[in-house]
Amino acid sequence: MSTEPEILTEEQQKHDLEVIEIQLLTEGIYHHYGFDFRDYSMASLRRRVWKRIYAEGLSTVSGLIEKVLHDPSCMERLLLDLSINTTAMFRDPTFYVAFRDKVVPLLRTYPFVRIWHAGCSTGEEVYSMAILLQEEGLYDRCRIYATDINEAVLQRAKTGIFPIGTMQENTSNYIAAGGKATFSDYYTARYDHAIFRPGLRENVVFAQHNLVTDSSFNVFNVIFCRNVLIYFNNALQERVQQLFLNSMEMFGVLGLGRKESIRFTSVADDYEELDIEEKLYRRVR
Amino acid sequence: MRKCELVVVGCSLGGMRALQSILGALPAGFAVPVAVVQHRYRNSNDALPQFLSRTSRLPVVDVDDKQWIKAGTVYLAPANYHLLVERGQFELSVDDAVAYSRPSVDVLFESAADAYGPSLAAVVLTGANRDGARGVARVKGRGGFVIVQDPKTAEAPSMPEAAIAAARVDRILPLERIGPFLVELCRSQR
Ligand SMILES: C[S@@+](CC[C@H](N)C(=O)[O-])C[C@H]1O[C@@H](n2cnc3c(N)ncnc32)[C@H](O)[C@@H]1O
Repeated sequence: MSTEPEILTEEQQKHDLEVIEIQLLTEGIYHHYGFDFRDYSMASLRRRVWKRIYAEGLSTVSGLIEKVLHDPSCMERLLLDLSINTTAMFRDPTFYVAFRDKVVPLLRTYPFVRIWHAGCSTGEEVYSMAILLQEEGLYDRCRIYATDINEAVLQRAKTGIFPIGTMQENTSNYIAAGGKATFSDYYTARYDHAIFRPGLRENVVFAQHNLVTDSSFNVFNVIFCRNVLIYFNNALQERVQQLFLNSMEMFGVLGLGRKESIRFTSVADDYEELDIEEKLYRRVR
Repeated sequence: MRKCELVVVGCSLGGMRALQSILGALPAGFAVPVAVVQHRYRNSNDALPQFLSRTSRLPVVDVDDKQWIKAGTVYLAPANYHLLVERGQFELSVDDAVAYSRPSVDVLFESAADAYGPSLAAVVLTGANRDGARGVARVKGRGGFVIVQDPKTAEAPSMPEAAIAAARVDRILPLERIGPFLVELCRSQR
């Protein structure tokens, strides 16, 4: 195989230039519209930006910069592309098993428990945890704050209505998660929807909160932030971990997504591992 | 292509056996990192890395978000996450399934092609779908090197066939020759 240095330089330059263009795009959006995507993960961002470029009939990032800055409706479409709200009830059942085994006993010793779901999307995770807490007899002493940057998903979360088509999978996840009752007892089926018991959100406050720009608003015994930090680069993850630390009671518990960790951040020493696989940590200093 | 800095591999149905063959051929201290998407069950945990570790002289791990890419390691896309590559670092995402798959071979290949250009080698193995075809086209478009398993030697031929149809690939090889060829490819350019 021959080496072709001219292709190398060209390709490398192309990539570096594109990174600059995407940075210009996020800078422009931040200054013009106030949405801050400047420290979101680059590969993921690039993928979704290109999706929008093609959908708009454009061919360069610079073309999108021009259009987004002058056409608010284009910004709205890009915003939808950049908003990844994938979630599921009892996603990663083993996480809930570990929570029952290792965190519930700790919470039993508290008269009052404050919980924060950061980046709760359409609420599936919140309802799942509410079910678990009810089954463990802890729900009545809990105050749950469920936040997301995206107002539209919060509106859906508040309704507690989910597509019936997902219930089969939810049921098997619920069982695998150590569920103690019958899953269908928690909802009423109506046409193609499952309406969850309103009691599950009695102690839940849904509110908009931006992890990038908003500050700490309370101190918690448990903070969940699952599959949100994967969309942030190292610098932003670091800032958000500081925010969580400032919002965490001593001996409070942090629950991250299965493949997220605090290993590479400066808060690593502030926590001990409760469950390394399930990414459950406990604040110790 | 220039000096290979990253190898990406995509496989689906029949991939376990194919991966065992390829990883088994790589020597300890293989100088290039290897990133693999094997379609797997949503809640599958550590069984896959453990299984592959048994036949590989290299460490085989499920990727953690923002993990740094190091030579001589085999990285697997974790169950239920897309694996993406930025220079020197992995990213994970839970974006929608692509071609019904999460992880998706296309997502890994496209991001790796963008980040590594002509320093990338991509390998498409057995599978009963078309995942990887778009990715291969992007890898070629960015000057990378593409190896496809000879469909005749594949447990499920449609994935390699789709890759061959999608781009002018560099090599079509029977399974048992792919591992040794990678060793050759990564040695010849150092
Ligand atoms: C993939 S979902 C994760 C949902 C849920 N936690 C789970 O693991 O199933 C990511 C959520 O993070 C939210 N998000 C993204 N950026 C955010 C920010 N800066 N502040 C708060 N939430 C954000 C998105 O709106 C989305 O609902």
